[in-house]
Amino acid sequence: MIIRVGHLYPEYLNIYADRGNIAVLARRATLRGHELMVESIGIGEQVQPGMHDLLYVGGGQDREQTLVAPDLADKGPAILEAVAQGAALLAVCGGYQLLGRGYRGRDGSLMPGAGLFAHETVAGTTRMIGDVLLECELEPGTRRPLAGFENHAGRTVLDSGAEALGRVVHGFGNDGESDFEGCRVGRAIGTYLHGPLLPRNPWLADWLLAQALAHSRGSDPPTLEPLPDELEAEAFRVAAGRARERGGRRR
Amino acid sequence: MDVKLGLETIAARAVGAVSRAAGRGGGTTLPGKLLWKLDPASVDALAARLTSGVALVSATNGKTTTTAMAAKILGQEHRLVWNRAGANLLSGLASALVSTRAADLGLFEADEGALPEAIRRTRPRVVSLANLFRDQLDRYGELELVADRWRTAVERLPGWTTLVVNADDPILAELAEDREQVVRFGLDDPRHARPSLQHAADSKYCVRCGHPYDYAAAYVGHLGDYHCPACGHERPPLDVAAREIELVGLTGSSFRLDTPQGSAVVELALPGLYNVYNAVAAASLALALDVSPTVIARGLADFSAAFGRFERIPAGTKTIVVLLIKNPAGANEVLRTLETGVPPVLVIALNDAIADGQDVSWIWDVDFEPLLPHVGRVVATGDRAAELGLRLVYGGLSEDRLEVIPRLERALDRGLGLVEAGTELVILPTYTAMLSLRGILTERGFVRPYWDGAT
Repeated sequence: MIIRVGHLYPEYLNIYADRGNIAVLARRATLRGHELMVESIGIGEQVQPGMHDLLYVGGGQDREQTLVAPDLADKGPAILEAVAQGAALLAVCGGYQLLGRGYRGRDGSLMPGAGLFAHETVAGTTRMIGDVLLECELEPGTRRPLAGFENHAGRTVLDSGAEALGRVVHGFGNDGESDFEGCRVGRAIGTYLHGPLLPRNPWLADWLLAQALAHSRGSDPPTLEPLPDELEAEAFRVAAGRARERGGRRR
Repeated sequence: MDVKLGLETIAARAVGAVSRAAGRGGGTTLPGKLLWKLDPASVDALAARLTSGVALVSATNGKTTTTAMAAKILGQEHRLVWNRAGANLLSGLASALVSTRAADLGLFEADEGALPEAIRRTRPRVVSLANLFRDQLDRYGELELVADRWRTAVERLPGWTTLVVNADDPILAELAEDREQVVRFGLDDPRHARPSLQHAADSKYCVRCGHPYDYAAAYVGHLGDYHCPACGHERPPLDVAAREIELVGLTGSSFRLDTPQGSAVVELALPGLYNVYNAVAAASLALALDVSPTVIARGLADFSAAFGRFERIPAGTKTIVVLLIKNPAGANEVLRTLETGVPPVLVIALNDAIADGQDVSWIWDVDFEPLLPHVGRVVATGDRAAELGLRLVYGGLSEDRLEVIPRLERALDRGLGLVEAGTELVILPTYTAMLSLRGILTERGFVRPYWDGAT
């Protein structure tokens, strides 16, 4: 089965492992007999709800983010519609911020976002940098860990009632205070965890693929056949250990 | 003030001797740390005593090599004090200043973050800015932030300071725009241009208007001959250029150095286009200090390699070739150097200490792909060996050609076991892995500790 992926602004938002995340999705799809077809969606190009089973928005440095922000805000309604129709989405770091209501600079100015996630990001004076370990419960009753790396100055505050991606076990998370990390709306996920998120967290890659397949088939998310994942497990073990030893915020 | 300085200097020297005697890593920063703690202004005073002044070098990539090259050139005409072991924070500068008594010229590599303060304290005659790449964002924050700090530091430079910039880097060219005393250097040999910008290329967008640049030639990452089709911002004319560049695999390179003071042919015992950049940067710095092209070419020809950056180490019947990797742009150039003669076995060592970058995601921005189909076997090692192994598998290395051996010493022995007698084992370590590797090789008697090897 073909899984259609819309990769937003690959030319601009491509910092640290964004192509790694796509490569993981592609390989894990292929190993299950599916095919990932990745299209880039650039500035001025339309997001057409229903066209893509999964949307991907990566992270960028401030300059690149500023360059795409107005265009992404324009695409907001179409992205909301796509997610409402059941498309999966993964947004990392800068992409995660830009999909919220907006980014408030230190001078008080608001750079409007796409409005998919119910949060607002406020510029901070210090960066929150370090290894992170989360506990997620995307399906009720199934808790799974996620290990990554965060590096952000923005403090992202979720609206009350918004669903986080996970609870921070080690590290800073959205704002360094709330113990929340990331945000989830339906099959859409946003997170600060960049240091290749999916290679060492294959369960999340499979979750996204299952959601994308569900969108594609108009069915429930299928159960994917398990893969050996030995290197993945070892990479996760080391990364989770790093978060325990030296993750940003002590608690 | 002077009496106090004298006592502190003596105290710091004593600590340095003790530190070396105790075998604690050469004492390259310890006494400086002491002096730096006791009295930071002593750096200003020590630097002010240098009658020929101070030259500073900063860059994301190549600053240690560029500084070592410049030292080789300048050492022919000056008594130098320089931070030879790459200790490039203010404490490292302090150490160098403390340990050298009779110098007339200071030459210091400065960490990108430490550059503004180094400028403030040493009041340099020459400041050389060679490139800005995405480095370890976990340490420095974003590229733009470093650029802004540099911009402010450059604005505050006195009029008599000569700014040496790599005009092939748009941000640096822009930063030098309004200054009078500038030496602009670059490469000018489109035969060595990349067909397209690499994945990891930074600053692809015009520094003035944000439109993507057109490149007549992209040499290393985003460095090259750029032009903005929207606003016209383009590479300024070069004062110093490398032309007719010849690259000879892992062996070396040569080029013609064109300067306003004439031309000279430079033979380098270092591989890769990135080392041509380092050499032109060192040459431009020397020119700004009134050294002639002939003397420059002689100094560069005598240069072997900076500590750990590129070393050939005989190990019994085999030779170990060490090429440091530390960020996407630097690693890409190292891999590109290997493309002309792909080694049968490659050991890659990824650590994640502060000096390596705690964030290892940069390995995903390295273009391993062109090399992997041609390598017989890769041993992934270091603290993040599994992470590296995953990267290589996703880069197209079949799992039967990958060995993941986290312990560096075991990986080294495995690598040596895999290559035949009389051949070379190529090892690509990150910074602390390189230090550990040298430690192992020192213990086995193959290399001397670096503070002995200093000349």
